[in-house]
Amino acid sequence: MSEQQHIHLPQGSVEKQTTTLNLGPTHPATHGVFQNILEIDGERVMSAESTVGYIHRAFEKIAERRPYYQITPLTDRLNYCSSPINNMGWHLTVEKLLGIQTPKRVDYLRVIIMELARITDHLICNGVVGVDSGAFTGFLYLMQFRELAYEIYEEVCGSRLTTNIGRIGGFERNFTPVAFQKIEKFLAEYPKALTEFETLMTRNRIFVERTSGVGAISAERAMNYGFTGPNLRAAGVDYDVRVAHPYSSYEDFDFTIPVGSTGDCYDRYLVRNAEMWQSLSIIRQAMDKLKGLPEDVYHADVPAYYLPEKQDVYNKMEALIYHFKIIMGESDILPGELYNAVEGGNGELGFYLISDGGRSPYRLHFRRPCFIYYQAYPELVKGAMLSDAIICLSSLNLIAGELDA
Amino acid sequence: MSLTNDYIKQRLVEKFGEALTNLEESFGVLSFAAPAALNLKVMQFLYDDEELQFRFLTDLTAVHYPHQVDAELAVVYHLYNFREKVRLRFKVFVPVAAPQVFTATKLFESANWMERESYDFFGVDFVGHPNLKRILNVDEMTYFPMRKEFPLEDQSRIDKDDDMFGR
Repeated sequence: MSEQQHIHLPQGSVEKQTTTLNLGPTHPATHGVFQNILEIDGERVMSAESTVGYIHRAFEKIAERRPYYQITPLTDRLNYCSSPINNMGWHLTVEKLLGIQTPKRVDYLRVIIMELARITDHLICNGVVGVDSGAFTGFLYLMQFRELAYEIYEEVCGSRLTTNIGRIGGFERNFTPVAFQKIEKFLAEYPKALTEFETLMTRNRIFVERTSGVGAISAERAMNYGFTGPNLRAAGVDYDVRVAHPYSSYEDFDFTIPVGSTGDCYDRYLVRNAEMWQSLSIIRQAMDKLKGLPEDVYHADVPAYYLPEKQDVYNKMEALIYHFKIIMGESDILPGELYNAVEGGNGELGFYLISDGGRSPYRLHFRRPCFIYYQAYPELVKGAMLSDAIICLSSLNLIAGELDA
Repeated sequence: MSLTNDYIKQRLVEKFGEALTNLEESFGVLSFAAPAALNLKVMQFLYDDEELQFRFLTDLTAVHYPHQVDAELAVVYHLYNFREKVRLRFKVFVPVAAPQVFTATKLFESANWMERESYDFFGVDFVGHPNLKRILNVDEMTYFPMRKEFPLEDQSRIDKDDDMFGR
């Protein structure tokens, strides 16, 4: 090291004070296919430009040819961290179009599944915020319980991640006693893990300092940017589709909407945690309400839209006819135009459906919450440190599948 | 006070008169069609009015109706009032040959990407948009894939030798 080394700077590099950093699309810290071209000055982010569309799969176009019951698997692949909510949202939209009234028991079973999905969605998001701020432990504590929730899905519908759960009019089969046992197990064990997680994170000085004040947004800006879900509630707006426009009998349940005040990463974390407690309480209430209802009801009585039992198809003429009509996409669908929304894991998941009476929708548009609020990302990270930009990205709960449709 | 669809309808008719057509209520949501030149005026009125306060753009998308001559493309806005929890939908029809619609980005930041998406898939030209380029499709694409003249591939075709993928 005796000789002085000469560094030859490229032409113009002294004048240009900022660096362009290509963050993503396959960066380990982005948790999905997100690309951001950051203009950084030292470690400070001056501007960000997001590129989306890497995993666009043209779901809206594909949906224009599929019969209604075949669109459910497409919705799985939007927000794949909470696909049951998407499935239910689609069933509810079609049921609204057709005017199908589902029995209370179906509604409550759906609420259980949707709230489980909300918990799995939030636990991943909060766990990942922890991972990005250096606390891997919390993520591992919670991740075990996602496995329990997935076992419940498996018991109900047979699959785990892309669930395709439920049918138009109800569920494909009744919940087994094992499913209820597993839900009870989840209800008994998850609070302990969540308490442990909160003890680990919520008052942890490193975590608070890494997240508090990072990626903050005011309520006005958040509304202007089209924020919904926990991100909007963290900014202090108490908008929740479950309360504003109750679906699937959410009006029967007693729960509160947690709200934050500053709209920063820490408030988003707190809101998600509080929502998990609320979801647990809703599942508990639903389990109690189920006790007074007939145990063999798991779908509405709509033979023209709900697939009959396979045994009946072989033995009964009517069941055979309906089976054929439904599978061939010959069910009578009413023409109509509606927008129906459910509270997804990360915001208001809307289905704008135009039916012309044909076998497939004339047009189906998904209102994907994170596609809309991701536009605020450059504003959220402007002036922040690079490491804060990473935390901000994960605390927004962006899901690439939903972003790109 | 609760905001009813009849009241919104009355206020809109007072303000815009005959310009708004097809005022109807379906599934509890008021919907109407507005002329393309008035889309911003309608939104601004709904936004500013002290009683209406439609200050949230829930959704913006486009629909292609190839059979409606000179009104083939529709831009659909879903607005929302947080206070009264009321939703409203309106459409703006433009001919596919001259699909110019004023951008809503001045009023709602959220319109930015949604308009880009509508441009990307339907070719609606949002006049005044700060960054109107493709968003989900590749930049090199020369057509607008969600239009009805592009049908999906026929599933029963047999000329395609695609054994690898099970066809």
